[in-house]
Amino acid sequence: MSETDFDVVVVGAGPAGSCAALSLAKAGHSVLLVERGPFAGSKNMYGGVVYPRILDALIPNWWEEAPIQRWVTRRQTMVMTPTQSLTIDYRSDTWAKPPYNGATAYRPDFDFWLAGKAEAAGAQLICSTTVTGLLRDGHGRTIGVRTDRPDGDITARLVIACDGVNSFLAKEAGLYRRDVDANSFTLGVKETIALPTDVINERFGVRGREGADIEIIGCTGDVNGGGFIYTNLDTIGVGVVLKLSKLGAQRQRPEEIIANLKAHPSVAPLVEGGEVKEYSAHLIPEAGYDMIPTLAGDGLLIAGDAAGLCLAAGIWLEGVNFALASGMYAGDAAADALRSDDTSAAGLAGYRQRLERTFVLKDHAKLRHIPHLVLGDRLQQEYPQMVANIVERMFRVDNPRPKPGIRRILTQERRHAGIRWRDLAKDTWTAMRGFG
Amino acid sequence: MNRWPEISFEDRMSTVHFDVHERAHITVDGDSCHGCTTKACVVACPANLFVPTSDGGIVFNYEQCFECGTCYMVCNVEGAITWTYPDGGHGVVFRRT
Repeated sequence: MSETDFDVVVVGAGPAGSCAALSLAKAGHSVLLVERGPFAGSKNMYGGVVYPRILDALIPNWWEEAPIQRWVTRRQTMVMTPTQSLTIDYRSDTWAKPPYNGATAYRPDFDFWLAGKAEAAGAQLICSTTVTGLLRDGHGRTIGVRTDRPDGDITARLVIACDGVNSFLAKEAGLYRRDVDANSFTLGVKETIALPTDVINERFGVRGREGADIEIIGCTGDVNGGGFIYTNLDTIGVGVVLKLSKLGAQRQRPEEIIANLKAHPSVAPLVEGGEVKEYSAHLIPEAGYDMIPTLAGDGLLIAGDAAGLCLAAGIWLEGVNFALASGMYAGDAAADALRSDDTSAAGLAGYRQRLERTFVLKDHAKLRHIPHLVLGDRLQQEYPQMVANIVERMFRVDNPRPKPGIRRILTQERRHAGIRWRDLAKDTWTAMRGFG
Repeated sequence: MNRWPEISFEDRMSTVHFDVHERAHITVDGDSCHGCTTKACVVACPANLFVPTSDGGIVFNYEQCFECGTCYMVCNVEGAITWTYPDGGHGVVFRRT
């Protein structure tokens, strides 16, 4: 085999790319990590919470050094209508202590730190360099990347594309499914809003490094999606995710939908007086298992958002952990393939096997119908109102009338909301199959 | 419950840092847009970079682009929007996201 510049080129220094590079560097391989932004993390934004448990395998005691804003100790799920809201609020002391659970962090900090770990392990990081395409031999096998630097071709025995949700490399290699379109993505928009630390602590009922994470359904009007609010040390993140196919059709702009969320009587007291410090936007692959592309080609692996690995399952909204894990397993599988000197798609099959054995594809397979349910019209446009009305009637004291039975309220409110038994049963079955 | 945002769109976008490159990384084929009735890009682009013209076309500005990809995803005219990443080191730079 002819000499290559590196054993592996990893494209994109987000969580997937940095974990892939870290894993390979630890195994003693020469790795180049290429990032198009001026620093790792500079192109990245997210819905605010990272669950870094999987990092235990790569960076023991990562929590002692990771640039975390707050540890999530309050996890709330809110069902909202324009005038009502119902919140399930869970709080845990355990999550405020090592080894922790979820954390808020700024991606430009977190991703920068993680890329530094890959560098420290021996990977070479080059920033401000956009990969413009794959280098391929006459058989279509990937043998490196083309960059926008002068003389910017870089050869490698293997390329790992962690180039994000728009992965031009996976598209170029023909790994994407044909049926992936605007229905498979949501647009996330977010305001980072400055508030004094003690005001945040008071409003969200947290102290010290404890933080809150609120996920909301029913707050995005006619555009199917969801909302979120979470706490950093001296800012809060407030945003919405919006189904792309609905966004274009409903003639409502993203920033208007955030403004409506902020004006909601349950949200306004949390955000008022804050100053918008940064506005941001990013696409999210939300179709789950049904959009996951072919994960390996000859000389090529894809991981993270590039592989569609975001979990949008309503009560579970995760992406960074799937990126960390898929990147790490891609690195491990690549190391195996390099050792046996077979980096063909067949030689790289260990990657998919690793994902199938672990939460990465197990969660996605089990929850494959949930993203469609959560972003579907009934759950978005009909159920929140029905649920809020049921709760309103349960807690309303209508004396001198006696209390209505709950069964009667449920029956009446279902009818009132115009939801057919058949659909309700179908959705309940889908939910039970996925979550059960 | 419609309410306009409390800050102007210009102020909102002024919170975002961009290192603009002279090469436009997105090009829009205005001719294709004339026949387009939905013009989803105009509503969906979070940076509001697509502006309809009185003659049914689109005026487009790449400079304050989040590089999210929404425009080409929602576009229903094949080839109307050509999208690449900006040159290395350029474009949007997030800080507290």
